[in-house]
Amino acid sequence: MILVALIAILLAGGLIAWIAGPRAPALARGVSIAALGVDLVLALPLGARRASGAWLAEASAPWIPRFGISIHLAMDGLSYLLVLLTLVIGILAVLTSWREIRERVGFFHMNLLWVLAGVLGVFLSMDLFLFYFFWELMLVPMYFLIGIWGHERRVYAAIKFFVFTQASGLLMLLAILGVAFAHRAATGTLTFDYADLLGTRIAGPAAFWLMLGFFIAFAVKVPAFPVHTWLPDAHTEAPTAGSVVLAGLLLKTGAYGLLRFAVPLFPDASRDFAPVAMLLGVIGIVYGAILAFAQTDLKRLVAYTSVSHMGFVLLGTYAWNDVALRGVVVQMLAHGLSTGGLFVLVGFLQERLHTRDISRMGGLWAVMPRMGTLALMLAMASLGLPGLGNFVAEFLVLLGAFRASPALTAVAVVGLVFATVYSLRIVGRVFHGGNDAGWKAPDLGAREVAVLAVMVLLLVWMGLAPNAILETAGPGLDALRESARAALGAGGAP
Amino acid sequence: MMDLAALAPLATLAGAAIVVVLAISFARGHRLAFALTLAGLAASAAWLPAVWRDAPWSSTLLVVDRYALFYIGLLLATSFAVALLAFPYLARGEEPAEEFYVLLLIATLGAAVLVTSRHFAAFFLALETLSVSLFGLLAYFRTTRRGVEAALKYLILAGASSAILLFGAALVYAETGSLELAAMTRAASGARALVPAGLTLVLCGIGFKLAVVPFHMWTPDVYVGAPAPVTAFVATVSKGGVFALLLRAFAAEERLDATPIFAVLAAIAIASMLAGNLLALLQRNVKRILAYSSIAHLGYLLVAFLAGGSAGREAATYYLVAYSATTAAAFGVVTALSSPGREAEDLADYRGLYWRRPALAAVFTASLLSLAGIPLTAGFLAKYFVLAAGVGEALWALVLVLVAGSAVGLVYYLRIIVAMLAPASEGATMPATPRTAAFVLAVLFAAIVWFGVWPAPLQRWIAEAMAGLS
Repeated sequence: MILVALIAILLAGGLIAWIAGPRAPALARGVSIAALGVDLVLALPLGARRASGAWLAEASAPWIPRFGISIHLAMDGLSYLLVLLTLVIGILAVLTSWREIRERVGFFHMNLLWVLAGVLGVFLSMDLFLFYFFWELMLVPMYFLIGIWGHERRVYAAIKFFVFTQASGLLMLLAILGVAFAHRAATGTLTFDYADLLGTRIAGPAAFWLMLGFFIAFAVKVPAFPVHTWLPDAHTEAPTAGSVVLAGLLLKTGAYGLLRFAVPLFPDASRDFAPVAMLLGVIGIVYGAILAFAQTDLKRLVAYTSVSHMGFVLLGTYAWNDVALRGVVVQMLAHGLSTGGLFVLVGFLQERLHTRDISRMGGLWAVMPRMGTLALMLAMASLGLPGLGNFVAEFLVLLGAFRASPALTAVAVVGLVFATVYSLRIVGRVFHGGNDAGWKAPDLGAREVAVLAVMVLLLVWMGLAPNAILETAGPGLDALRESARAALGAGGAP
Repeated sequence: MMDLAALAPLATLAGAAIVVVLAISFARGHRLAFALTLAGLAASAAWLPAVWRDAPWSSTLLVVDRYALFYIGLLLATSFAVALLAFPYLARGEEPAEEFYVLLLIATLGAAVLVTSRHFAAFFLALETLSVSLFGLLAYFRTTRRGVEAALKYLILAGASSAILLFGAALVYAETGSLELAAMTRAASGARALVPAGLTLVLCGIGFKLAVVPFHMWTPDVYVGAPAPVTAFVATVSKGGVFALLLRAFAAEERLDATPIFAVLAAIAIASMLAGNLLALLQRNVKRILAYSSIAHLGYLLVAFLAGGSAGREAATYYLVAYSATTAAAFGVVTALSSPGREAEDLADYRGLYWRRPALAAVFTASLLSLAGIPLTAGFLAKYFVLAAGVGEALWALVLVLVAGSAVGLVYYLRIIVAMLAPASEGATMPATPRTAAFVLAVLFAAIVWFGVWPAPLQRWIAEAMAGLS
């Protein structure tokens, strides 16, 4: 029940915020924080439970019995961490937009909370149809967030985001139906439950196409090269909270989907496809980094760093060994915080300077020392400085990927060097140098420092003491690998 | 006694039409005619539960089984909504409004008889009743050029397609010697070429009414030229009745894909899905966008029809219910903003609607999202059931085209939503939302969300209705 409550509280909170919005914007903001806070309080203790079965928490109820569809939610260590990430980033996003959003505040917070509810649903769904339902549910509020409160080219970016995700999502729906019907052909029952569908034997060529359906949908979200083109536009044109949620959470849903569904459901096809996927990951790392360096729009620069960082996730996922997968989980968390933090920073900067053009900036450290400090810390996180979360993540991913493919790992390491280049560019171009344009702007206030400091502190904790995370996620990841291995031999026969 | 009871819904409709005519003769009044129409539709619907219990009943021409009763209920509900939407619209015009309701009732009667037909004679009779009433409805504002133009286009094409339909039926009759629909379609897998050829011609006639490619040319012009409530009627009741007949006619044919008809219908479905969506991309007129999108949606429906079996039929029926609610809501919004002299059809009329009329914009957004197939709406579940039926029968080409078409469709639905979200401009002042329209739109909005989240009751109902079909 607690899992249902997590989602329901956000949905209800969103509705209340929407209704309260026109009369009392502050109330809308307060309700949002309250809803997320209550969820965080409810969710935190779940991690302390020693799993009596596979799951830390589970809830199930029939929904459309004719099709074997049920509302089945479950949480293991992996989804627990991602749920916490969702709630933390959600709170930080609401705090970030405290002053930035002035119009239709209630509707804004409703969309924000409903996106978060959709994300929670994606992380918790154990029924494939329900998963698709929440997957699509994330889209519309995000579309409104970008389309209404975004920047200059918001309409174009919003439509591009929507069409890319929806088209790939429909392919995934076809694949889901394919798996369910293959299961029915083999066993006689029609069901969409994840556990039931896990061992389905599907003939080789069919399994490949179904796996591809899932892979394309998740690849668009991750985003993987070459279906990443929606991301720079969407991230740049979205309002700050939208960018934070996009980068921090929505990209992780793609990665989670690969981990939970794409590989375990089709282990043979995934094993055959792994070299291609890892290659796409490495291309993403290098390509994203090079393009990031080339940008003059600061937000677009950070967007491309997302492509680069998530390339590590793709590489690690398809390396599919214990070290790499743990690295993937840490990377998901660390990237959510570090890139989320960078977007928050850019948002604060844009509020003050009303521009995102790096070429017009410079020497801002002297004007806003607090912002400069935090920016430096986040940039260090982004480039993978030891001591911060991203280093642990990238190190583990590369270690695991080396076992799978030394050549690709070597190229990925080169990407690390590029990461240094673009991260230093962020700090060097914006905060160092001379203040030629003569900018004068107020430094970060208490609320803003708090938001960024929380992110930095979490990154430091992850970098110095990642064991808690690794141990929490460990059982879930091992279970995934186990189920894939179990099905590996059995599948393939027609 | 059973005979009378079984025919009561149809007879009540006919009686209501006569009553309204009499009322016009003795005491002409818009409100009176409106009230009598609503009462007639409600009375007809009131018979349905009683007849449901004792169904089925059949004669040579008609069969009143649960399938027919379900669809009659759907048609009555949609007509009720159209009448409610039409009342304020007509009140803004200058033509006498009472005859509109007579034509509406007769058209509904024609659609209802279509659903109960099992013999070609009943089919043709009902089809013509529906068509002739529609001629009158389309040209209702006969002093406007657009209305008359739309009605003439429909008249000529309807006449031509009826002729082709008759010719096809004659060919089939020549071969099979029977005019019963089941016998006509059962022979489709026969060896002689005469029957499939005849059936193809019959499908041409049906295709015109369903507005599928390549019989769709009338759709955009008629949708634009007709008064908005009539457009709503054409889009929902007219198509729904004909499609229900199509489902019933081929219900006995379990292995549809053994027949050449399958290839014909598959080609029509693919062409409709592609052409409907691609052509809508180019439009700036909201009514035209909705017209082309309805062509695409009939293509999706045909996929469910082609999947066949109980899964396909139930999916098609669910889709029709969702489609009717959604389309009625969409055109309801258009009607609420229109008046006979000035239809709200240009995209510019909807700019900033969200800031000026948030409730209307919310309903329109919900119906557009339902048409696009986004979760939480009936359209999503309906499209999902169609996909499931298609995948279950491994109709991969059709299913992939459905997915591609849906993806394309998003672009133009979003375009309308984006226009509504744009900053409020100083557009032309629009009439205030009438109370009846607000009521109807609220109910339809609730239906769209309800059937998108909790399909089980409706599914059970549909399953019961389909059980009687062979």
